[in-house]
Amino acid sequence: MLVDDKYFLGVDVGSVSTNMVLLRPDNTVKEALYLRTQGRPMQIIQEGIKLLRSKIGKSAEIMGVGATGSARQLAATLLGADVVKNEITAHAVAASRVNPQVQTILEIGGQDSKIIILRDGVVSDFAMNTVCAAGTGSFLDQQASRLGIKIEEFGPLALEAKNPVRIAGRCSVFAESDMIHKQQLGHSLPDILAGLCQAMVRNYLNNVGKNKDIKGPIFFQGGVAANPGICKAFEEELGQPIIVPENYDVMGALGAAYLAQEKVGSRPGTRTRFRGLDLGETRFLAKSFDCTGCANRCEVVEITQDGRSLARWGDRCGKWSVAGVADTAISGLEQKEEQRGA
Amino acid sequence: MKVTFPHMGNAWIVIQTLFESLNVDVVVPPFNSKRTLNLGTKLSPESACLPLKLNLGNYLEAANAGADTIVITGGIGPCRFGYYGEVERQILRDAGYNYDVVTLEPPDGSMAGLAKRIRFLAGRKNSWVKILKAMRFAYLKSVALDRVEDLIHAARPRLPHPLHTEKLYESAKQRLAQTMTEKGVQDTVRWVQETIRERQEGLNSMAEGINKPLRIGIVGEIYTILDPFSSVGIEEELGRLGVEVDRSIYLSGWVGSHIFRGIAPGYRSIRSYPRHAKPFLPHFVGGHGLETVGAAVKFAREGYDGIIQVFPLSCMPEIVAASVLPKVQETYKIPIMTLIVDEHTGHAGIQTRLEAYVDLLERPRLLRESIQTREGVLGVGG
Repeated sequence: MLVDDKYFLGVDVGSVSTNMVLLRPDNTVKEALYLRTQGRPMQIIQEGIKLLRSKIGKSAEIMGVGATGSARQLAATLLGADVVKNEITAHAVAASRVNPQVQTILEIGGQDSKIIILRDGVVSDFAMNTVCAAGTGSFLDQQASRLGIKIEEFGPLALEAKNPVRIAGRCSVFAESDMIHKQQLGHSLPDILAGLCQAMVRNYLNNVGKNKDIKGPIFFQGGVAANPGICKAFEEELGQPIIVPENYDVMGALGAAYLAQEKVGSRPGTRTRFRGLDLGETRFLAKSFDCTGCANRCEVVEITQDGRSLARWGDRCGKWSVAGVADTAISGLEQKEEQRGA
Repeated sequence: MKVTFPHMGNAWIVIQTLFESLNVDVVVPPFNSKRTLNLGTKLSPESACLPLKLNLGNYLEAANAGADTIVITGGIGPCRFGYYGEVERQILRDAGYNYDVVTLEPPDGSMAGLAKRIRFLAGRKNSWVKILKAMRFAYLKSVALDRVEDLIHAARPRLPHPLHTEKLYESAKQRLAQTMTEKGVQDTVRWVQETIRERQEGLNSMAEGINKPLRIGIVGEIYTILDPFSSVGIEEELGRLGVEVDRSIYLSGWVGSHIFRGIAPGYRSIRSYPRHAKPFLPHFVGGHGLETVGAAVKFAREGYDGIIQVFPLSCMPEIVAASVLPKVQETYKIPIMTLIVDEHTGHAGIQTRLEAYVDLLERPRLLRESIQTREGVLGVGG
């Protein structure tokens, strides 16, 4: 069927995971990929595209691409994205498409955590953790590996707790020493894990959720939402049910796909800038250097594809980014004008 | 004697002018950079705030150019900056730098003491009349600088080439730094005004409709809001995102109230802020905490779309203000975002927050507009 062969691609390249979603025009998800970024975003993006290609037909067509996540600029350059958006907007768009009534989004990812408050489907307030990583997924990862358990077992084990111990949640360093202390006293593993979940939730609500009006329905998304121990701790602390949406771990990518659909759909006749599904086979290279043009000493990054310069960024003055500008590097202003023109 | 001073945004232009018109040797330290921060961080206590680290970096870099005397303003009240002059002197001495440090306290203490310090810096050859004239000229320059900055704030979201606007700003600053006549100062402001007008007219003839940009008020700790290096260029970034920014404190407003005790109001007087803050924060809390709250209230009343508070990690007065701002947000239904800056020079985190914040302010407006146009179409069609 022809209709089934058209997709919108959403890509979310975060610090820990790189997620990709193929969205059908009828708003159902065809494929969702959750890959570990492993500090090599460029290779992982290419691998992801190869994987997706193997899962869809030869005649498949990508109608639009959206990029988000902390490496959204890189992803947009590599892929040729039609829309580049920050992860807060992407998460909010995805959640309100899944459930237009949602009023609060708790999102905990690898390196950051955020809270988004929506009213009538529009973001009215948000916060991200600023200077502390205690309440994030990588800390849980670290502790799980220290205790010799798989991260997947973490949550179910925590649910078995009879009497969760109290663990200092203010700082990951304090939390770790507190945990070791409790463990040496002989507390059971489930009790310690449940205590850690509670500490993390407390830390999140005190830091990120501070001064926020948390109303239901509440969505919990991001990689950490896979952990039922954290969900339970949230429900206990907030006294409200927590909804973990079906595609909780790829909501950012889903939001980016919806945004691409919005963008391309709002301007009939526009063609996607997507570089094609064969980009998995080409060679991307990133070079960086310190510009010595002025005292700012900007670290400039250049991305090349098969020796051809795609984009440069990192400079404050624009000397390099403008010289090497590729068709996908859209400045905020241009993007805005396009939106307004639409 | 070779005098140097810490950087704070454009303040160097004013300070350099002051000393040059008194024929005092002055060393402008290299602009704040990663190198400055690295040098300063090595000498600073880890928990000190960002301005101390940058100040120390400035002094070390200035020492390479032969500076031996530091001028810094002091302060009273519960903000650490007030004693940074002394702290910095001791840190530098321990590190083997023999700097003289002259702290210019606001004239709350003894006027004679202040006069003595000014006399020490200016030397014997300058008469008091000449000193006062030099101060007046430097002040005029700071007002002009603030006007230029404000023009750039307005130009950024309205002109199409961000790079050209930044170039205009840079050359205006260079011109202001060099000119030593009042006419030169006025001409520069006029030149910036006219250049912007010309560029805008060019746009209008091409019939590019320019929407009214979003307006965001920036409030917070003075050093970080005046110094683009510490705020990771937030004003420029917002400008590129199509936002017109305004700020609670401009250099001349601060100089006017801090040094001249309100005799000269500066480009944007900060005098009304305590009155605006009163229902939320009725008394002084150190630093510019009170001004932050007052300015937020003022921006909200003037119909700004949003407010961003910026301060360095661990800044006590601003933490007090930050805990009051949610009340302002609730009362005036205006979204307020707080950004805390520290040693990170990475752009991505700040950029994500700014983009998301601008989206937050803009999406309701876009949705409203799209509904209106749809209604318009229906009206015509039906």
